[in-house]
Amino acid sequence: MPLLQVSHLKKYYATQKAVDDISFSIEPGTIFGLLGPNGAGKTTLLRMITGIFFPDEGEIIFDGKKFNPEEDALRIGYMPEERGLYKKMKIGEQAMYLAQLKGLSKTDAFEKIKKWFIKFEMQTWWNKKIEDLSKGMGQKLQFVITVLHEPKLIILDEPFSGLDPVNSNLIKEEIYKLAKKGCTIIFSTHRMEQVEEICDQIVLVNKGRKILDGTVYDIKQQFKENLFHVGLNSSPTITSSNAFDITDREDNGLVVKIKQGYATNDVLQHFIQQQVGIKEFHEILPSLNDIFIKLVEGTAVTRQFQTVA
Amino acid sequence: MNKTWLIIKREYLTRVRNKTFILSTFLTPLFFAGLIGVIVFITIKNTDKEKVAVIDHSGIFKNATDSVKSIQLVLNPVTDTNNYEKQGYTAILFAPHEGINNTDSWRLYSKKSFAVTAVGNIEDKVRKELENKMLMSRYQVNSDNIDSVRDASRKVILEEKRIGAGAHSQNGNSLVAYSVGYGAGFLIYITLFIYGAMVMRGVMEEKTNRIAEVIISSVKPFQLMMGKIIGIGAVGLTQFFMWIILITLFSSIIGALLPHEILEQVNEANKSMPGGQMNVQGNEALIGLAKATTTQLSSVNWLLVVGCFIFYFIFGYLFYAALFAAVGSSVNEDPQDAQSLMFPITMPIILAIFLMINAITHPESSLATWSSIIPFFSPIVMMGRIPFGVPGTVPYWQLGLSMVLLVLGFLATTWMSAKIYRTSILLYGKKATWKEMWKWAFRKS
Repeated sequence: MPLLQVSHLKKYYATQKAVDDISFSIEPGTIFGLLGPNGAGKTTLLRMITGIFFPDEGEIIFDGKKFNPEEDALRIGYMPEERGLYKKMKIGEQAMYLAQLKGLSKTDAFEKIKKWFIKFEMQTWWNKKIEDLSKGMGQKLQFVITVLHEPKLIILDEPFSGLDPVNSNLIKEEIYKLAKKGCTIIFSTHRMEQVEEICDQIVLVNKGRKILDGTVYDIKQQFKENLFHVGLNSSPTITSSNAFDITDREDNGLVVKIKQGYATNDVLQHFIQQQVGIKEFHEILPSLNDIFIKLVEGTAVTRQFQTVA
Repeated sequence: MNKTWLIIKREYLTRVRNKTFILSTFLTPLFFAGLIGVIVFITIKNTDKEKVAVIDHSGIFKNATDSVKSIQLVLNPVTDTNNYEKQGYTAILFAPHEGINNTDSWRLYSKKSFAVTAVGNIEDKVRKELENKMLMSRYQVNSDNIDSVRDASRKVILEEKRIGAGAHSQNGNSLVAYSVGYGAGFLIYITLFIYGAMVMRGVMEEKTNRIAEVIISSVKPFQLMMGKIIGIGAVGLTQFFMWIILITLFSSIIGALLPHEILEQVNEANKSMPGGQMNVQGNEALIGLAKATTTQLSSVNWLLVVGCFIFYFIFGYLFYAALFAAVGSSVNEDPQDAQSLMFPITMPIILAIFLMINAITHPESSLATWSSIIPFFSPIVMMGRIPFGVPGTVPYWQLGLSMVLLVLGFLATTWMSAKIYRTSILLYGKKATWKEMWKWAFRKS
């Protein structure tokens, strides 16, 4: 049973249709990527899932039941794009306050915070104030606060923005571990490389509508162009063939596009027959970045304001 | 409710443990006491005894007292207009040779110009002495007799009795009622200002720290808003009580040390200072209270006054705090916005204080009646009227109506503000216009 199911969600503002009929479902334990250009409606969508906004139309089913923001708050963790914490409050105290607001008891909160602080080597931070932290430290802290009540669904809006590679990696590792433990994670980002690395399923939205929905593998398959890279030991004499077109030459290989009706073995045959040593052969799948640009390009990338009926 | 309580606790504790709060709670009464001390000190210092030489060869000042307020009169010293200054006299007063029948030739010579009040005092003194001598010489009446007659007649004090709807008449005392009314109304006025502004700043906290979304993902906006309003209200109450205790302490110390006359002198000095007007009225109220006897004080129904004060204090605060919260949530990082948005809310409060001052001089006028019923003004104006007597000056129905309307008013402002708050707390960058806020207030949620 999917952990989260949204159907036909709509949210219209006076100047635009921020979310215009979006539906998808997410299985538990998966890492889900929500992608889209600026102004596509990602943040509005996420705010509806966390209960901050109410949809104008449509339904949200969380864990088999209709989504109830008050009760389900404990089982959802949300790290918004606008990162912020009370600057003048002490860190330990603030973590306690936010955990209790989620619904944890005082003792539970204390225990869990201690556990996570030790895990992330943050024990010395307890009595310091937020304003004493650097940006990276602050984000680490915010991540901890988001996950410490062990929610079933964790929503991260641009979690890696502003983080150096070391800290980015740390968070990535944590996301993996959490998913293994059964948590479901939604994250919204522009950074396609990371999406490719860790997401199981992705949804691409633009102008409030869903454009892509599927696993990374499926989507790549959908957009592949039958391009293959052949690494060769020496330059072949005959390079033209019925089976393929050469799209790119390199020092030690070729990039070929297999023609309709032919298979990979045909390509390999062609070079074996010429006694050219084949070093390496792999399919070039389009990067999500390319797919993204291809899909979003052509349509006006910058969002225009429309009058809503 | 549980979550709201968590928020209240946090708001209260964070503010109460703040160093600035602790300092301002203890230092403000100290500061005021100090200020009064300085004013009194300066006033006293300025009234050095000045010496005036009186050249009186016709004996008008014979047997007269030798000082007038703070001016010492020295009778017939050996001096003249050339060397009176060197001898330490500020001025020289020449009485006419012809005696009491010549009123034209009195002269006062001095190098520097005398304060108006001082000249007036000397003039009064001269007139008094002349009067005494004339009575004696023309009618053989001893001035001491006149004085004792005067004193006797002055013993009359009108005992005010109000004839109310009740079976018996009540003791009334306008001066005490005036003072208590003024004091109570003024207290509520300052409270609304200070703590209303505090609510506004408190509400801006989530926005400036950019933590609004995180909190709203755990609690409803309404819970956050009420938590802040009640939490800050509790801080206000705490500070208020501390101040009452400390100010009462200091005032009784000062009151014991300084006699009435000095306070009255301070009042005189204040009258001539610009901006001293408010101070004057406040001081007159204080002096009135200080002079009151216990019977006069008991003419005020203290139980009712204190009870109503608590009611209007709490509900007046809640009424306005909701409005301040709505305004605070619309402000975006730019503190200038805060000032300009706050203005329309503070206007009714300022208007209310003027209405109250008018009301306590005419507690039964229709202006006073209406403004003590309308929720925007009632906390301040009604408190001004109540000490004059319920049900005498303020009939039960007026008091009841005023209270009911205030409670309804607070429910209305809270409902309206909750809607504005819910939308604007998450809006960054764009400053909400009045039109937009109005729309949010009435849009279906």
